[in-house]
Amino acid sequence: MTILRYAIYRFLTMLLTLVVVSVMVFVIINLPPGDYLSNQINELRATGQSQGVAQAEFLRTEYALDRPLWEQYLIWVGFAPGPNGFSGLLQGDFGWSFEFDQPVADIVGGALWMTVLVNLSAVLFVYMVALPLGVIAAARSKTWVDYTAAFVGYLGLATPNFLLALILFYYGNKYFNLPIGGLMDPAFEGEPMSWEKVKSVLVHMIVPTFVIGTSGAAAMMQRLRANLLDELGKPYVETAQAKGLSPSRMLTKYPLRMAFNPFVADIGNLLPAMVSGSVLVSVVLGLQTIGPALLAALKSQDQFLAGFVLMFVALLTLVGTMISDVLLVLLDPRIRYGARET
Amino acid sequence: MSTLPDGRYIDDAPFDPDENINRLDRADMDAPNWLLVWRKFRRHRLGLLSGAFLLFSYLMLPVAGFIAPYTPAERNADHLYAPPQAIKLFHEGRFVGPFVYPRTATADLENFRWTYETDRTRPMPLEFFCEGSEYRLAGLIRSDTHLFCAPQGATVFLWGSDRLGRDVFSRILYGAQLSLTVGLIGITVSFILGIGFGSIAGYFGGKTDWIIQRTIEILRSLPELPLWLALSAAVPSNWGPVAVFFIISIILGILDWPGLARAVRSKFLSLREEEYVRAAEMMGASSGRVIRRHLLPNFVSHLIASATLSIPAMILGETALSFLGLGLRAPAVSWGVMLNDAQNLASIEIYPWTAIPMLPIIVVVLAFNFLGDDLRDSLDPYES
Repeated sequence: MTILRYAIYRFLTMLLTLVVVSVMVFVIINLPPGDYLSNQINELRATGQSQGVAQAEFLRTEYALDRPLWEQYLIWVGFAPGPNGFSGLLQGDFGWSFEFDQPVADIVGGALWMTVLVNLSAVLFVYMVALPLGVIAAARSKTWVDYTAAFVGYLGLATPNFLLALILFYYGNKYFNLPIGGLMDPAFEGEPMSWEKVKSVLVHMIVPTFVIGTSGAAAMMQRLRANLLDELGKPYVETAQAKGLSPSRMLTKYPLRMAFNPFVADIGNLLPAMVSGSVLVSVVLGLQTIGPALLAALKSQDQFLAGFVLMFVALLTLVGTMISDVLLVLLDPRIRYGARET
Repeated sequence: MSTLPDGRYIDDAPFDPDENINRLDRADMDAPNWLLVWRKFRRHRLGLLSGAFLLFSYLMLPVAGFIAPYTPAERNADHLYAPPQAIKLFHEGRFVGPFVYPRTATADLENFRWTYETDRTRPMPLEFFCEGSEYRLAGLIRSDTHLFCAPQGATVFLWGSDRLGRDVFSRILYGAQLSLTVGLIGITVSFILGIGFGSIAGYFGGKTDWIIQRTIEILRSLPELPLWLALSAAVPSNWGPVAVFFIISIILGILDWPGLARAVRSKFLSLREEEYVRAAEMMGASSGRVIRRHLLPNFVSHLIASATLSIPAMILGETALSFLGLGLRAPAVSWGVMLNDAQNLASIEIYPWTAIPMLPIIVVVLAFNFLGDDLRDSLDPYES
């Protein structure tokens, strides 16, 4: 099975990429001088509280922050044994958040699923909006439908996400009674799953999905339109028309399929942008995703929390890209497996 | 149609001997490339308009202090959160010239807001080329002459004032100085890195190519914003606004180059097989010279078009970072910093004018998009 081999190959490259990404993330997080604990120790020393210093020093050795950077990295990922044996990301121990005084896993636990959910629904939104609009814009190119779609698309690209979020929240609440902020009614937080809870989450998702998806949908629509227009100019379309195929059937049977490939392949470009957007929008709208946690952690140099969130976000995009690559091969037999020989 | 004596038919319409000549031989196609591009670009109304608007905006930057009636940090403690004021021409049906009505603020202690009463009986004409607060023209020449300013005892807040009583209109003009140049600096960094790495990868190929390719793939697969956040969180908070501004633009550029590098690389891969490249190499030109003199000029115009399209992303990036408090910080004035004030729903509902800085952002980003699209369309002058 060549497809299986390709999937495995793609999976392995993803793992390798992930290792490189983890190095990058670690370096970036350690760019600011000092760390959370040494800052705290300095502060405690300055105010003359010697009692806290001992505790902070203990935490520093406990989390290996007193070792050289490369050792810290190996311990963090779980390649090398730390003070308490192997306990890194690989072993499922995400570290300790100094800012919140809790294990990282406890802080981000529920937020991880919410992040996946928000991004997934945004991707679905992009496809559901961009596909019909792009096809209509191409089929009726140079008419008012095309121009309107293009204008709305441009506007979607040009409006900063967070502002769109604020404005939509305001008007959504005013005219449609949509809830403001959060991902579910506060009453349901911590409650077990129920229909009411699912409904509450769905209603809360409308505005965030729309906001995160708009710019992606606009870009996707333009690309689909361009691809489809390219295909429509080809001789086989003329042949189909000459043979008397009805326009809609002709469109869906041949050119659309051809134009569809970049649509799937594009998820590699789309996903990073959407995850970015979701982080920003979550901060503004107070969604319980990992966005706000990331911002707080970055501001206070809470390195284990920030590192984990960055790694998770990267993993999310890498897995998405991998799936789209494999899908593309399944969809289009003309794409060759493995590297091209040149 | 007429018939010749020998029975043949001939067309009466005048004969144009140039009609069947190849288009390339025609005189109007013999012009230099830039002229051809310009002729084609001229037909794109929207792109032309956008270009003119952007040119105007950038030319305005050095004289922003002259156009703005106030300086960015100038506070009006009596006019906090003042709503926008209109400049009027007619008072009670009589032409007075541009004037404003004076307003007085009273504290509404029930709702904890300022309410403004407009005195419609006293029109106060605006002053022109008047003295105001001191500013530096283009950051160099001290001056205190403003294009227009409020008469004594009145204010001129075209787009309202913010929570410290600073004029939103003036601050937008000053904010443009940072917000618009962020994109230019960022794109320069991105250009240097992108062209550098892209041409090396494409020209030399092999192992170098492989390494650069993988780097590009990794950078492209990462979500930009969290990386921007992480990198700008690493900027020491004791740096001055100017240093922060430069480092933010450089960060924006550093994460933007992979896309450009990929385009450059694929062009190089096909171009390096051309005969003229081999000829240059045979004559002993160094790799650097071949790249710079023979290969790059081929698609510099395409690069400019693609740069035009990636500037908006940087402007939006700066706005997002500053909005979150990780980009430019308070004493600096940029559109993102200004929007920081409009961060919550309450201010959008009660003081909608604090969100006005989003208008220039949208307009500028749209203009760059239209300009870039139309530039790209007109770059191939021989294609109809």
